[in-house]
Amino acid sequence: MVVYWTDALIFLLAIAILLLGWRASRKEHLRRPWRKVAQNRVGMVSLVVLLFFVVIGLLDSIHFYPDLDKGSEQQSGEAISLFDKWVTPIRLQEEKSYSAPFASRLFAKEMIEQPNGQVVWDYPRLKYGGAHLVDEGVKKSDILALTAGGMLKGLGFWLLVTSSFALIRWRSLSKMRRNLGLVLNGATTLPLRAITLTILFLSLCTFSAMELAPHYHLFGTDKVGQDVFYQALKSIRTGLMIGTLTTLVMLPLALSFGILAGFFRGWVDDVIQYLYTTLSSIPGVLLIAASILMMQVYMANHEEQFASLALRADMRLLFLCLILGITSWTGLCRLLRAETLKLREMEYVQAATAMGVKRGVILVRHILPNLFHIVLISIVLDFSALVLAEAVLSYVNIGVDPTTNSWGNMINSARLEMAREPVVWWSLAAAFSFMFTLVLAANLFADAVRDAFDPRRASD
Amino acid sequence: MSELLLSVKNLMTTFVQGGERQIAVDDVSFDIHSGESFALVGESGSGKSVSALSVLRLLPSNGKIVKGQALYRGEDLFLKQESQMRPVRGKRIAIIFQDPMSSLNPVMTIGQQIGEAILVHRLVDQSSLKSRVVELLEQVGLPFAARRFNEYPHQLSGGMRQRVMIAIALAGEPELVIADEPTTALDVTIQAQVLALLKEIQQRNGMALWLITHDLGIVSEMADHIAVMQKGKVVEQAGRERFFSHPQHPYTLELFKAVPSIEHCHPQAKDDEHKALLELDQFKVYYPIRKGLFKKVVDHVRAVDEISFSLKKGETLALVGESGCGKTTLGKGLLHLIPNSGGRVLFNGLDLNSLERSELRQARRKLQIIFQDPFSSMNPRMLIGEIIAEGMKALNGELSEVKRRKRVEKLLKQVGLPPESRLRYPHEFSGGQRQRVCIARALAVNPELIVCDEPTSALDVSVQAQIIILLKKFQKEQGLSYLFISHDLAVVAEIAHRVAVMKEGRIVEIGEVEQVLKNPQHPYTKSLIGAVPKLNMEGFG
Repeated sequence: MVVYWTDALIFLLAIAILLLGWRASRKEHLRRPWRKVAQNRVGMVSLVVLLFFVVIGLLDSIHFYPDLDKGSEQQSGEAISLFDKWVTPIRLQEEKSYSAPFASRLFAKEMIEQPNGQVVWDYPRLKYGGAHLVDEGVKKSDILALTAGGMLKGLGFWLLVTSSFALIRWRSLSKMRRNLGLVLNGATTLPLRAITLTILFLSLCTFSAMELAPHYHLFGTDKVGQDVFYQALKSIRTGLMIGTLTTLVMLPLALSFGILAGFFRGWVDDVIQYLYTTLSSIPGVLLIAASILMMQVYMANHEEQFASLALRADMRLLFLCLILGITSWTGLCRLLRAETLKLREMEYVQAATAMGVKRGVILVRHILPNLFHIVLISIVLDFSALVLAEAVLSYVNIGVDPTTNSWGNMINSARLEMAREPVVWWSLAAAFSFMFTLVLAANLFADAVRDAFDPRRASD
Repeated sequence: MSELLLSVKNLMTTFVQGGERQIAVDDVSFDIHSGESFALVGESGSGKSVSALSVLRLLPSNGKIVKGQALYRGEDLFLKQESQMRPVRGKRIAIIFQDPMSSLNPVMTIGQQIGEAILVHRLVDQSSLKSRVVELLEQVGLPFAARRFNEYPHQLSGGMRQRVMIAIALAGEPELVIADEPTTALDVTIQAQVLALLKEIQQRNGMALWLITHDLGIVSEMADHIAVMQKGKVVEQAGRERFFSHPQHPYTLELFKAVPSIEHCHPQAKDDEHKALLELDQFKVYYPIRKGLFKKVVDHVRAVDEISFSLKKGETLALVGESGCGKTTLGKGLLHLIPNSGGRVLFNGLDLNSLERSELRQARRKLQIIFQDPFSSMNPRMLIGEIIAEGMKALNGELSEVKRRKRVEKLLKQVGLPPESRLRYPHEFSGGQRQRVCIARALAVNPELIVCDEPTSALDVSVQAQIIILLKKFQKEQGLSYLFISHDLAVVAEIAHRVAVMKEGRIVEIGEVEQVLKNPQHPYTKSLIGAVPKLNMEGFG
């Protein structure tokens, strides 16, 4: 067992969210909007998808040293995650170079030495992808068969999960039968039909992928022969980290400075404004480059503290989140300051003042909750922007460590691949579709939350 | 009888809101003849503005005309193509909106905006455009019309802007002008001027006027023909004489009864032994005017200028004046919600200006405030119960949760709301109910003085009457004092014992309500009282 900094932080964050959720569930006025979120079909579907991503990310954040007895995994001595363990075959199945999705041969021709000593110029067979096929002609039917098998397993798994859930929830068979009709008609207050269908879709995808992945490269392989599907899955953790940890750094700064500046005005406002105008007048990329390079120099000088490669990559990821957070709070801070300036003149703030409520309490009770929608919207928008920023920073080599799997690194390497003829499109496609799904789900979910939390919108 | 201009038949308009269809206008029929003034009267939400928008087909996207006809000189407007509607709007039927502040484009000059309206209908060519605009501006009585041509809306006062709006409406030389609450956002003296202007133009141009209003006083001054709307239906329709002499429908009678009148002042007998609860001595609120590079203070805006008065326990002092006279600033300044610039505020003999922040917080519980707009005076994200309990929590934290809840429920009952409403959000209530909650919130901390900052001016007339009764009840029961800030002399007559008339930051006249309203001394007071539209029913009776 080994705990990296980012692992610890992401689990702390998850626990904090759970605790907040538990607290909210005990207060009627907080429970009500969340109930409204739960009744929103789009919101719940995106939540399920989001949770799926989060679970993968969390599984990928429990690291340990593999048992050295099992000969095959000895090669590096690096810690692997629970997720790595789960997807072990595709993690280790490395080809020589590029291969297209579901291919059984490499993407480029090579000199192949035949057993009889003859040398042929042809596409060589892959070491793993489709290696079990004797006759490559049956590839299509083999893929179909594997997919069908996976889908059947997925269906079985889904039936097991939903029926056991139904059993826990409704206890008796007759009740279940009655409720089944409601669910099928989509007449339940919770959009159960949409939720279960999403779960069905996800489990079908997961199980088919699990069946197919050991035998084929679903998204092909990259330049050094690594499975792209595996890279895309591993990038989920990096994406979540950048999105959430950066927000964690940025949010307290933006919130506290924004509210203080807007509420107290005067010299407090002046100081904070000077701070953020100064900060935003320094080009962000330069600041990030400087900090990352300093960090690298520090790590090079103190090698004893950063023994393993993974530890270094982790520190770099953490530091990137930190520096991204420090450079990106100004925009939100400005928004919050403006909104606070407006809110402090609202009559309910004056009424509270007239009632002798302390200023700190006014800030927490009257100002903060009314900023919630802005915070939520900008967090989600920032989340997608940060994932993209990571890609841009990787481009100038000041992003995450090149050994860390990330969509940014994948997109960065796709630059050269797109210039090839014929085009190697699958790295970009994989990174794009995963990123797209995650960001879309987060956006839709945040929409649902914002609508539910705005009492003025709740009425219509 | 003049010819029939517009005939609305069985109009029904619905709105879709949150998946539910609501009927806003239900089977409404009326006729407007050329040259006459037709008034559509009703409280907010009764569907009177929606009727006007329906006729012009300017409904928002969630509104729909379900059935009915709007015959304009025999042509059904509802059957026309959208492209055929454009020559009708502005040229045949023009509309003046309620809020002159938001109906003018702030980045266009007055001349451009009026010119635009003229050019749309191609009534004159480019060369004579300017002279036509100036002519219109002169027609609506804007002083220095030629100079106004290049001015921007922010350079004009509210009344002048409404004149510009009228000029825009007149630009197309319409036969019918719809005036949707044209004076609600204006001061009473300006209101009188604008109404007189509308009347004069109507007579001069021989156009018809469709007046939409909630104010029966305006109706009695302007209208020839009246229809009363309630909940989307026209409940009574009559000519002027019969409407005021023999109102038929119970709702109309209710409306008449609810109208406060300046004649109705009944000052209660006061106990003169009470000593002053609140005393203001040379109280000032100045705003600095800064100029130059170093923001040097060159002068002050004297929002509240050396005001002195005293208020006894159980007494209501009304502060009247037009917008911008400093009455709200005075109210907030004496509660220390905005900083003041000097003078003394003695409350129960304690000078609030000399207190430390923590002492002031304790002293505050005896001084509460009720605001004008019940929509913005409650935190939309808090439950009613929390809103009312907030002051209790802040001032005596030792009260247990259960006791606090009991008290909240009791307060809700006292202001006439069900105790269960403590678990609801402010937006679930109507304006009048919200104002009741605001009163409950103020009462929660057992105050001695409540500053009521125009508490009824955002409310319908029948709701206004209820709120005034409620305020009077609490004054009687708990010996509260009110500083009642208002621009409406009729409301003041209903509730106040004494009146102070403010103008430009100073009190120009102060005295017993009867004396000030019936026998005003200062010319400003006289002009204020003269401008109030009179609901003169005896004249017909």
